[in-house]
Amino acid sequence: MTKIVIRNLAKTYGGGRVVALEDINLEVEPYESICILGPSGCGKTTLLRILDCLIPRDRGEIFMSGERVGRPRPDVAMVFQHFGLFPWKRLDENIAYGLQLRGSPKEETATTVSRYIQLMGLKGFEKSYPHQLSGGMQQRAGLARALAINPSLLLLDEPFGALDAQTREMMQEELLRVLETEKKTMIFVTHSIDEAILLGDRIVMMSRRPGRIREIIPVDIPRPRKIISVRAHPRYIDLRARLWEMLKQDLDRDGTREGDA
Amino acid sequence: MNRKTIVRLVSLVVVLLLWEYYGRRVNPILFTYPLAIARAFVSLVSSGELQSYMKESLLVLTYASVLAIIVGVVLGVIMGRSSMVEWATDIYVNALYSTPMVAVVPLIVLWFGFRVPAKVIIVFLFMVFPVLLNTYEGVKNVDRNLQEVARSFCSNERQLWRHLIIPSSIPFIVAGVRLAIGRGLVGMIVAEFYTSVTGLGYMIVRYANALETDKLFVPIVVVMILGVGLMSLAKWVEGRIAPWRNSEDRE
Repeated sequence: MTKIVIRNLAKTYGGGRVVALEDINLEVEPYESICILGPSGCGKTTLLRILDCLIPRDRGEIFMSGERVGRPRPDVAMVFQHFGLFPWKRLDENIAYGLQLRGSPKEETATTVSRYIQLMGLKGFEKSYPHQLSGGMQQRAGLARALAINPSLLLLDEPFGALDAQTREMMQEELLRVLETEKKTMIFVTHSIDEAILLGDRIVMMSRRPGRIREIIPVDIPRPRKIISVRAHPRYIDLRARLWEMLKQDLDRDGTREGDA
Repeated sequence: MNRKTIVRLVSLVVVLLLWEYYGRRVNPILFTYPLAIARAFVSLVSSGELQSYMKESLLVLTYASVLAIIVGVVLGVIMGRSSMVEWATDIYVNALYSTPMVAVVPLIVLWFGFRVPAKVIIVFLFMVFPVLLNTYEGVKNVDRNLQEVARSFCSNERQLWRHLIIPSSIPFIVAGVRLAIGRGLVGMIVAEFYTSVTGLGYMIVRYANALETDKLFVPIVVVMILGVGLMSLAKWVEGRIAPWRNSEDRE
């Protein structure tokens, strides 16, 4: 049971000239799914990387189960937009990576790896190298690698952003299905409104320059969810319109429209 | 046999026949022809001359290769991982890499004489820089995204080397070795030209001076075959050691 508390987090780049994040306060309940939504350049990826301690923060505190977080933790796993698989490792070796680093015994690793290969529908591809597989398959492996270490917090940085539309939707449903069996606290960064509504218990809407939390919106659509049932839900249209309005304001304010929703 | 092999064989036969035909009509001091080379080859082998010279050359090449690979890889890794070492040494490395090594051969002979150590040093100098620079590039070019993955999964330094730096540098290193082999053969022949006591290079000089052109061609052909053989060996090793680079099985 891990509760995450983020207090007064701030981050600047370029010697303080670019304010990437300002005044970020957020509490994430155990087993909650948080989607961080915002236009390009709102600092959402920066926030996630700070949570994983991949980059230092300027100010603020992060607590996990009451402990202050200052360096990458073995119970936090990240899924990357670029998949981040090792090209010289076969798929099963890639999935075993986190377990190997922890020095977990060979048989135990093998059992866990084969369980996640099964769960993520990768059976038959264990011995393939990443470059032999489609993007969707590679990200399944990325997800399996993260889940295999049984993390108490799962961080996902636009994990499906590099996939085509159909694969993306398939992967979203896959993630929903997996999270039903594997309860996890999850923070998911996306710039897609639909993805945020589908996956999040709450949506953290960010604005850009400086990156701030603009509003936290609960998604009152019951689980288990499926793409079809969510889109048909009466709350969906409302939520989508509201989120879209907020995104649009932010984009109009800058007179630019780089972010797509 | 597929069409590629057939075309290659036909081409080879035609060229050899043409060479044989025209070679026979030229003054044998200036040029020769395949059958004469084959005859010369047989006589040089049966007298044991070719083997003894070749042994000497191969010995030099082997010592120098081992030395160049060890020194090149170690220095390359250190330069790639430590900025201090990199800044302190990259001027010399680049200067020496750009220097035509032939230029320093007389100096080495002056310092170290005509025997095996001098030749090993010369061939080593020809070989070490491609290995060193490629290793350095390999270590330096470790994918930043993957470095982040390693950090995220709490990799320690030893695990970083084992899972990331070494496997990602190996293809660079093998490519460097392949480059070095080509240069090493040049170095070997040049060293033997200068030291002129033994080796395939000495054979070339000797038979050129004696105007025995058919025998002169024997070491040339041997060096050629040696080059082709070592290159394909390096390529094979590269395929074995880095199978993930094989893009032919991409879907």
